[in-house]
Amino acid sequence: MIGKEREEQWDIVVEGGKNKLSLKFEELWRYRDLILQFSRRDIATVYNQTILGPLWFLIQPLLTSVLFLVVFGGIAHIQTGTIPGMLFYLSGLTIWNYFLTCFTAIANTFVTNSGIFGKVYFPRLVMPLSKVISSLFVFGAQLILFLGFLIYYAVFHVKGFSFHCSPYLFLIPYLLIVMGGLALGLGIIISSLTTKYRDLSYLVTFGVQLLMYVTPVIYPLPSAGKKRMFILANPMSSIIENFRYAFFTEGPFHWLPLVYSSIFMIITLLIGILIFNKIEQNFMDTV
Amino acid sequence: MATIAIKVENISKQYRLGQIGTGTLSHDLNRWWHKVRGKENPYLKIGEENIHEKKGKSQYVWALKDIDFEVEKGESLGIIGKNGAGKSTLLKILSRVTGPTTGGFKVKGRIASLLEVGTGFHPELTGRENIFMNGAILGMTKQEIKRKFDEIVAFSGIERYIDTPAKRYSSGMYVRLAFAVAAHLDSEILIADEVLAVGDAEFQKKCLGKMKDVTTEGRTVLFVSHNMAAVRSFCKTTVLLRNGSVVMAGYADAVIKEYMLSGTTDNQNVKLFSPPIHISHNAKLHSISVYQPGKSLNEPLSIDFPVIIEADLEINEIPPGKSYQITYLFKGDEGNVLLVTSSIMDTTFSINPGRQKTKCLIPSNFFNSGTFYIAFQFVENRNTLIFREEDIISLILIEGERPLGSWMGHTPGFLLPKFEWSNEPIM
Repeated sequence: MIGKEREEQWDIVVEGGKNKLSLKFEELWRYRDLILQFSRRDIATVYNQTILGPLWFLIQPLLTSVLFLVVFGGIAHIQTGTIPGMLFYLSGLTIWNYFLTCFTAIANTFVTNSGIFGKVYFPRLVMPLSKVISSLFVFGAQLILFLGFLIYYAVFHVKGFSFHCSPYLFLIPYLLIVMGGLALGLGIIISSLTTKYRDLSYLVTFGVQLLMYVTPVIYPLPSAGKKRMFILANPMSSIIENFRYAFFTEGPFHWLPLVYSSIFMIITLLIGILIFNKIEQNFMDTV
Repeated sequence: MATIAIKVENISKQYRLGQIGTGTLSHDLNRWWHKVRGKENPYLKIGEENIHEKKGKSQYVWALKDIDFEVEKGESLGIIGKNGAGKSTLLKILSRVTGPTTGGFKVKGRIASLLEVGTGFHPELTGRENIFMNGAILGMTKQEIKRKFDEIVAFSGIERYIDTPAKRYSSGMYVRLAFAVAAHLDSEILIADEVLAVGDAEFQKKCLGKMKDVTTEGRTVLFVSHNMAAVRSFCKTTVLLRNGSVVMAGYADAVIKEYMLSGTTDNQNVKLFSPPIHISHNAKLHSISVYQPGKSLNEPLSIDFPVIIEADLEINEIPPGKSYQITYLFKGDEGNVLLVTSSIMDTTFSINPGRQKTKCLIPSNFFNSGTFYIAFQFVENRNTLIFREEDIISLILIEGERPLGSWMGHTPGFLLPKFEWSNEPIM
């Protein structure tokens, strides 16, 4: 009996060969300060010693939107409904880029941080979580850019555009959470697998590009016609469509696909965390 | 009964050699297939002992094999061993950077590990930001760091640069700031790996002082170092690793002695000449050796004991009117002569006909630690050099024991004589 009590006093128990599946939320909570520290470091240092600094966050979506406007609007004649092309692409890119920055940063977690992971222990999940937060900064900057254009178009009625405030705008934080959760879940699954099989990281950079084309970033969902269901099977689609709806109130609000995306997010996240925690103990030996 | 702070139970760690990636998938599938059928991992049986020099048959080696020990609360344990003995792997496992292949360990309390100082330091961040960053990585909360911030800055001694980006720091400042953060961790257990190899003399002293404070506060310390002087004075108990296994564990003095003995596989301290060297038409040198009286021949020589240089000479006959002397020249690494001693100076000494051992006694506390190359000269009538052999033997002296709390770094200079000190009070 005494022996049993003594056993329970251990604060850390490590056993080799047997990786328990666990979410380890308590431990993560103890390291919450570190998550914020890493996010702050990312933001503070990412564009250091560049001339334009954080302006790069804005130049990238701006140039991409203009390119889309020329290629998809001008050459391929993809209609964007009543929404002016510039606003259409910019809104889609803003939310899509949030997913993209999160996901690519997280997918490389183990590879880019092997130095620090090799020297000190902290729950490895701290790193991906900090990326979700620091990417919000990029999103914020791009959202301001988008809002700037929105206001400009609304005030000067460019191309007959007028803006109506809708209550759906309050759903945007929720859309962000689902988007962040998806990026985190998918990202940590990929990062866990890339520790051993590096080929995946090539597949991922390529795959994400393709993914954008099955997401309504450059075309409105109705234009997909019969392939609508196929596009909606992509959990990112409902978020982008609903994000646009919040600003432009065009077409229906996709409630059911949003529920689907939320459930999809929770499941990927759970699977991701379980795999990630299983791999984190020994990844240093393979990376 | 003292409480156990760390209990290490049969930790083993297997590494795969060669390119990781080739055949990974097939091994993984094979492992999985064994697991499905409820069998043991097939690759766990085939590992070899980790001997670096030999080319093994197996792709798998055991970097650690069945490591088993306990550390009591408040104990400071030194871990020593040659490069590649598994010290760092053990520390990595204990600080949870990587997991053991089999076995495990249990810990009471928080662990802070210093496998490197300044982990997570970012050159673009200022000293202040880096303190918070590094502190958080080492497991401190923001509140804790805030509370100790002034203390950390004062300890590091770089107050003036605290708002300058770390990339503008000298390497010394960098390390001092990093150690300052680490030294102020509140964890019950501290794991340190060769942290003392950095910084100047003054700072090293500060670090060791701090480490000593840590142990007296009742915290547990695991300390890996090649600095035997530091381990000896700082750790009560020590574990010696060799090729991944614990060879010896116990009181620091005994374990360090064992380590030093095992280091010299071929004895450098005795040179036998067969056939003997003809140093003159009538004299031969059979052997030359350096040793310390009271210690066995293969024990390392330390500076706090007298050293004897012994030459085994054989002289057939000494013609009348002739006498012979020996001169030793001590040279440093670059071949420069540091000092010369000769029997010419000692008129009471003479070399007689027949075979004899001539002994030259160097008093204790005379040389500093280091390697000295000795040149041998045979002199006739105190004025004529008749034989000279460069680097006939080398004298390798290691650090002696130092009083606890003194500086543990390497003292410059080739002599470290102990002079007499006294003081007279002024009335």
